[in-house]
Amino acid sequence: MVDFWQIIQNAAIELISPTTAAYALAALGLAIHFGYTGLINFGQAGFMAIGAYGYAISTLTLGFPVWASVLVGIGASVVFALILGIPTLRLRADYLAIVTIAAAEILRLIFTTNTLEAVTGSADGLSGYKGGFAALNPIPPGNYGFGPFEYNAYDWFLRIVAWTIVIIAALLAWQLMRSPWGRVIKGIREDEDAVRALGKNVYFYKMQSLILGGVFGTLGGMIFILPRAVVPANYATTLTFFIYTILLLGGAATILGPIIGSMIFWVLLSAVSGFVARAQAAGWFPGMSSVQAGQTRFIIVGIVLMLLVIFRPQGIFGNKKELAFVK
Amino acid sequence: MSSEAKPTRGAPVKSTNLHIGEIKPGVAKVDPIIVADNVTRTFGGLTAVDVEHVEVPRNAITALIGPNGAGKTTLFNLLTGFDKPDTGSWVFDGTALAGIPSFKVSRMGQVRTFQLTKALNLLSVLDNMKLGAKGQKGENMFRALLPWTWRAQEEQIEAKAIELLSRFKLDTKAEDYAASLSGGQRKLLEMARALMSDPQLVMLDEPMAGVNPALTQSLLDHILDLKTQGMTVLFVEHDMQMVRHIADWVIVMAEGKIVAEGPPEAVMANPAVIDAYLGSHHDQDLGATEEENVVAMKELLDADDES
Repeated sequence: MVDFWQIIQNAAIELISPTTAAYALAALGLAIHFGYTGLINFGQAGFMAIGAYGYAISTLTLGFPVWASVLVGIGASVVFALILGIPTLRLRADYLAIVTIAAAEILRLIFTTNTLEAVTGSADGLSGYKGGFAALNPIPPGNYGFGPFEYNAYDWFLRIVAWTIVIIAALLAWQLMRSPWGRVIKGIREDEDAVRALGKNVYFYKMQSLILGGVFGTLGGMIFILPRAVVPANYATTLTFFIYTILLLGGAATILGPIIGSMIFWVLLSAVSGFVARAQAAGWFPGMSSVQAGQTRFIIVGIVLMLLVIFRPQGIFGNKKELAFVK
Repeated sequence: MSSEAKPTRGAPVKSTNLHIGEIKPGVAKVDPIIVADNVTRTFGGLTAVDVEHVEVPRNAITALIGPNGAGKTTLFNLLTGFDKPDTGSWVFDGTALAGIPSFKVSRMGQVRTFQLTKALNLLSVLDNMKLGAKGQKGENMFRALLPWTWRAQEEQIEAKAIELLSRFKLDTKAEDYAASLSGGQRKLLEMARALMSDPQLVMLDEPMAGVNPALTQSLLDHILDLKTQGMTVLFVEHDMQMVRHIADWVIVMAEGKIVAEGPPEAVMANPAVIDAYLGSHHDQDLGATEEENVVAMKELLDADDES
C-alpha cells in the first residue's frame, strides 16, 4: 500500500531544506538579472559553482577560515561577472545568453578536468570542508524539532543560517527595486535606448545588476554544498534551467516569487517522486521499472510547469495586469 | 466651423534675424547652440550623412526636413551619440561632443525623443516621468539602500513630474502602465519625460507621426511653450503645415547633404527644395497660397479645440 503520510512528511522536509534555500537565492539572483533588468543569464549554474568551489578550495587548499572563504567566493563571482559582462553587455541581450551558457560549461569542465585534480578533486569533487562552519554552531548538540522537522544541531544551524541569508537577500533586493536605482533597472528592461537618452549609464547599471544577481547565485552555491559534497556534475546546464523554472513558477519580476517558487518546486518534486516510487513498488504501474519510476518525476513536474506557464505566465506572484501588455 | 465664439489663437511669435550674412546652406547663426563640421556617416557604400557645416540657432524652433532617406534621423543619432560618425566634429553649447556617449550627451542638456516612441511599457506613467530627472541620489546602488538619503529629492521629483503631467494632460494616467497609453499619449509622455531633465536643447524625431489631430494642437502648443521657456528645439517632421506654423528656421536635407535653409516661407519657395524634397507633387501641399494655408491651419486648430 502507498503510505501517503510518509510522502507528505518527506515533501514537507523540503519546505525548509538548505537546498531549497540555495535554489531560492540563486533564483532571486536570476530575478534581478532576468525579471528586473532583462539580462538573459543562462549561466547561473556557473555562479553557483564559483560559490561552491570558491568556498571549498579556499577552505581545503588554502586553509582559510569561513569568513575568508566566503569572501573569496564572492570576489571570484564578481570577477566572473566582469569577465562575462565587459564584452557582452554592450551588445544585444541574446549575446549575454550565449556567452553565459558557454562560460558556465567551461567552468564545469575546468573543475572536472584531471589536470587540476589536486585542487578541484576532478569528477569526484571535494568534501571535508564543513568543519569551520560546524565549529561556529552555537546550538548545543542534540536533536530538536517535531514531526518531520526533527534535526540535529548542525542541520538546524545550517537551516537557520541559510534562511537568514535568503531573508536578508530578499529584503536587500526589495529595497533596491523600490528605489530610484530599481527604476533605472526596470527601465533598462523595457527599453535601454530610452533610458540612455535620459542620461543614465546603462552599461554600468547592467554590470551592477549582473554582479549583484551573480553574488546571490554564489551565496546560493555555498549553501548548496553545506549539506552535501561538491560534485562538478551538479553544475550542468540543467541546474540553470531548474532555477529558471523556479523563477517563472514564482513570477520573474517579484521578490517573493523565487523563494516561494523554490519551496513549491522542491515540495512538488519530492511528493511526485515519493508517490511514483511507492506506487511503482506497490504495482500500480504495471510494466514500469524502478529506474523508470525515478525519472518519471521530472516528466510530471515538467508537464505541471508547462501548464503553469501556459495558463499563468506571470507566475504565482506576478502582476496579472502586466499580461495585458506583453508584446 | 463655429469659430466666432472662441478667441482665435494668435499666430506663434516667430524668432527672426537668426542668421549672419547671406542665407545659404551652412550659414552662420547669431547665437548657435550646435555647430557641426564635416560630419559624415556611411553604411556600406551608402553615404547617409555628409554635412559640411551646419549651425542650429539657440532659443528657436528649428525644423529638419527632407525626403525619406535624406539622413535626418541618422544626423539626429550622430548628434546625440547614439551612432558614431566616420568623420566630423560638432560643438554643443561650447563643448565638443564627437565621441561622447549618448548618456553623457543627455546629461549635458541635449535630450532627444525617438521616431518610434519608446515608452517604458511596464513602468507606470509616473515612473516613466521620474526616470527622466537628472542627478538622482537614489540611483546610486548603495545609496538606494538608505532611503532617507534620497526620499526628499524623490518627493521633489514626484511633484515636478505631476506638474508636468498635468500640463500634458496625463495626470489622470499617472498610476497606469505606460503600455496602456494611446500612440499620441505616448508621444506626449516621451516629450514630458524629456523635459524632466530641464534640457537646453530638445530634439524631437517626428513628434507628430501617428498622433491623432485632436492631440496635434496640444503637442504644437507644448513645442511652442518650450521656446518661451528658453529652450531650443530641433525637430524632424514631415508635416509641412506644422513646420510652417511653428518653425523659426528650416534646414532641408537631401541625400545626406544640407541643400537649403532659411525661414520657413523662404525655404518652401526655394526651387531647390521643391525639386529635391517635394518633387512633382509639391502643389498638393505647398502650392496653396499663404492665406489659404493659414485658413486651413486655423480651421484645423479650431476643430481640435471643439473636440
